[in-house]
Amino acid sequence: MRGTVELRNHGRELRHFQLRLAISAGFVLLLFGLLFARFFYLQVSQREHYHTLAEANRISISPIVPNRGLIFDRNGEVLAHNYSAYTLEIIPSKVANLEATINELANVVEIATRDRKRFKKLMGESKQFESLPIRTRLSDVEVARFAANRYRFPGVEIKARLFRQYPKGEGASHVVGYISRINSQDLQQLEASGDSTNYRGSDYIGKIGVEQSYEKELHGITGFEEVETDAAGRAVRVLSRTPPISGNNLKLSLDAKLQEVAEQAFGERRGALVAIDPTSGDVLAFVSKPGFDPNLFVDGIDSENWDLLNNSIDRPLNNRALRGVYPPGSTFKPFMALAGLELKKRTPQYTISDAGFFSLPGSSHRYRDWKVGGHGSVDMHKSLVISCDTYYYGLANDLGIDKIFSFISQFGLGKLTGIDIEGEVSGLLPSQEWKMRRHKQKWYAGDTISVGIGQGYNLTTPLQLAFATAILASNGTAFRPHLVKQVTNSKTGAVRDVVTQPQYTLNFNPENMLRVHNALMDVTRPGGTAARAGAGAAYTFAGKTGTSQVIGMKQGEKYVESKVNERHRDHALFIAYAPAEKPKIALAVLVENGGHGGSAAAPIARLVFDYHLLGKLPAGAAAVTADDEEGAHD
Amino acid sequence: MTDSTRLWHYLTRYVDNFLLGGVLLLMLIGLLVLYSATDANLSRVSNQAINMLVALTIMWLVANIPLQHIMRLAVPLYLIGLTLLIGVALFGEIHNGARRWLNIGVTRIQPSELMKLAVPLMMAWYFDKHEVTLRLRDYAVATLLLLLPLFLILRQPDLGTTLLIASSGFYVLFLAGLSWRIIAGLVIAALGSLPVLWSMLHDYQRRRVMTLFDPTQDPLGAGYHTIQSTIAIGSGGVIGKGWQHGTQTHLDFLPEKSTDFIFAVFSEEFGLMGNILLLLLYLVVIGRGMVITANASTQFTRLIAGSITLTFFTYIFVNIGMVVGILPVVGVPLPLISYGGTSMVTMLLGFGILMSIQTHPKLVKT
Repeated sequence: MRGTVELRNHGRELRHFQLRLAISAGFVLLLFGLLFARFFYLQVSQREHYHTLAEANRISISPIVPNRGLIFDRNGEVLAHNYSAYTLEIIPSKVANLEATINELANVVEIATRDRKRFKKLMGESKQFESLPIRTRLSDVEVARFAANRYRFPGVEIKARLFRQYPKGEGASHVVGYISRINSQDLQQLEASGDSTNYRGSDYIGKIGVEQSYEKELHGITGFEEVETDAAGRAVRVLSRTPPISGNNLKLSLDAKLQEVAEQAFGERRGALVAIDPTSGDVLAFVSKPGFDPNLFVDGIDSENWDLLNNSIDRPLNNRALRGVYPPGSTFKPFMALAGLELKKRTPQYTISDAGFFSLPGSSHRYRDWKVGGHGSVDMHKSLVISCDTYYYGLANDLGIDKIFSFISQFGLGKLTGIDIEGEVSGLLPSQEWKMRRHKQKWYAGDTISVGIGQGYNLTTPLQLAFATAILASNGTAFRPHLVKQVTNSKTGAVRDVVTQPQYTLNFNPENMLRVHNALMDVTRPGGTAARAGAGAAYTFAGKTGTSQVIGMKQGEKYVESKVNERHRDHALFIAYAPAEKPKIALAVLVENGGHGGSAAAPIARLVFDYHLLGKLPAGAAAVTADDEEGAHD
Repeated sequence: MTDSTRLWHYLTRYVDNFLLGGVLLLMLIGLLVLYSATDANLSRVSNQAINMLVALTIMWLVANIPLQHIMRLAVPLYLIGLTLLIGVALFGEIHNGARRWLNIGVTRIQPSELMKLAVPLMMAWYFDKHEVTLRLRDYAVATLLLLLPLFLILRQPDLGTTLLIASSGFYVLFLAGLSWRIIAGLVIAALGSLPVLWSMLHDYQRRRVMTLFDPTQDPLGAGYHTIQSTIAIGSGGVIGKGWQHGTQTHLDFLPEKSTDFIFAVFSEEFGLMGNILLLLLYLVVIGRGMVITANASTQFTRLIAGSITLTFFTYIFVNIGMVVGILPVVGVPLPLISYGGTSMVTMLLGFGILMSIQTHPKLVKT
């Protein structure tokens, strides 16, 4: 009996157990079904989404920076080029402890305090995922040493980069300019102009000079590389590649040799020189002294050098030719003379009797000539050769400010020339309207008198003076002055001229032009104010000296050069062109605090002409003699 | 019968061919995936092959032991395991922030691994002993036998092992006929004790659980594993990227790709098709386990066979569930595929027991 009960119980237990087992099997199937549903969701429904994520994980698009275009002078001499060097770079976002990593790196390659400071500065200016250089220009030994230790430094890599170099150093520094690292301001501009995509991966941008104004040509088009990267961010292989297109090369109109001659002619003196080919507007030489070494800026200038340049009393970073404004002084007179003839206020024969001063009718105020006692009987020709002030006082008064303004404006004074580098200033050619606007005052007759000799409110840049001289030399044909002559397309090799046509042409009476030319030629001949500079020239040499006052003189006070502080001395000016009958070169020279135009500025012009027209190099580097009182007054 | 066939018969007479076939196929897949996951690292693959051979040998040995002997081991194994666990709690070595190992002079051992089998064995033994007069009290005692080691292991802490042992114990209780009312009560009690359990969890464990609900909260920390593994699986699509062509795997985006996350490697390279095949293979093994369980003749063998089979399933579900992002990240390997010897041995020890149950003459109660 008992056995049967147990057996029945046992049977029931077993059925009970098998039910539980069946439930378990159902449970297993249910949960496997759940897994399958999840697989289906991930691998079928959401496959695209996860595919995209996986691709984004593994593929990174890295820009390939194009080679920057090169800059040559008109004869093919290199003014800016690139060279390849290794840099050690860190991607801060991929490095957990930057400080520790840099300390570790310092055991492998040399890292100076200066490098650390610069890196910190760069970190502040850039985005997290950018690769930033901790060291530039690694030696081969350092490259090898890092390569051997590379595994220890995830997020740190050696990269071959192109560096910009300016082989001429200070030479033509204000023209060529320099590139430097892109800062947040540049970035904003790039974003505003829609160019920021093309600058992905670019670290440098032109900051001044041609490097800046032709940035679009020089930069080139950034290429792209699709790279497969692993979880540590290391490139595994390249998937696709769109090659970059190098920047276009620039051929400057500048003649590097001529530039060098001109720069050396200044010696240690401050000043500016702009030489233009009047038949094309080519700027042949463009000097602003002192200059600076643009190579200092490429890597980011260090504070010591920056202070040295920025705080120097000589202001080497100031582009005097482009941005320096000076009263044109007597170099204004040829334009006044032409105005007198063209507007029929003077005939060539008209002669004044110069007693050494001019007074307005009904006024006792004396506008003094530079020569005490005056020059005696002076006609237009003589007024230019000996630079008679009194003649132009009277002429200015007869012309009136409105006519002076409208006539001289045609030569580009008081206006931007439109040269192809940035930062040009317009100077000032005064007018009634200007005075009212600026000073809320009406124009007085007396204001006109000093304007007539290029003083008063007059302010011009050396570039403007050179431009005006070129127009004068070419009898009225105005080409926009330009530093870049040609742009060569790096891909097609096609060459494009920057300027081909005259900007405008002025029609002057050829006879009047000839009279002015003749007078200016006599300036460089015996008896003229630049006679010494012109002595023995193998070509016809037309010029006009000028002196621009730095400090005003009281009535009756005499300017004695030796008694005046060196920095308050007059600026010496000279405008010239040659050969006078068919000019190939026109220029303006300014020597700051140089004294007299004839003695300080004209000899520089002579050296430049001798080289440009005859290929003659100056005898010695410091060929220009010091001031010479005799016959050098203007 | 020739000598060689006799020897073959002698060697294989306690082996269940069906189960062995499933196991060997899974192991083969495991080696293939491991080869890819380790970037063709042959030394690790052969290491794993050796692990497998050792485990297969142990399985064979166990299969040859009659169940009565195994049953006799249940109590001493459990007591030794418990003692060792207390030893761990007192003198255990700490690695990676967890006190799981005990240095016994010659080597370090992990007693919790032993308990994976010792606990269900003990519980099954207990139910077998009280088969005739099974009362509520007996379930309570069995539950206590389960909770004691669980508590010690949870404290180590070892969430994965706790979970596996808890489920293996629960399966014994369930199959022993624990009434549905009590199961419901237990579920409610479990839910009620969640806050208490939560407070017992370590910070990293809590983070893992939280991360399950929103992996993007901590994409580089606790969420990283899940994010990268779901990307790997999802991007595998229907047919996969091909063996050794998983980008997530070979570009090192996948963490722990040869151990706990090896399923992501498999799934990335073989896609949905591979997943289905793998699940089916696992189902075959589980199904065979269930057949053996159904055929088992005693309470002890039924309970232990059921528990081993369902625990095997639990490994699979918890591991894959974690890799596909529906369960929190806990350290549970994918059975027969993840790299590592310990879990392989434990797993095949269980299969050895299953084989022994199936192949030895059934004990019929009279």
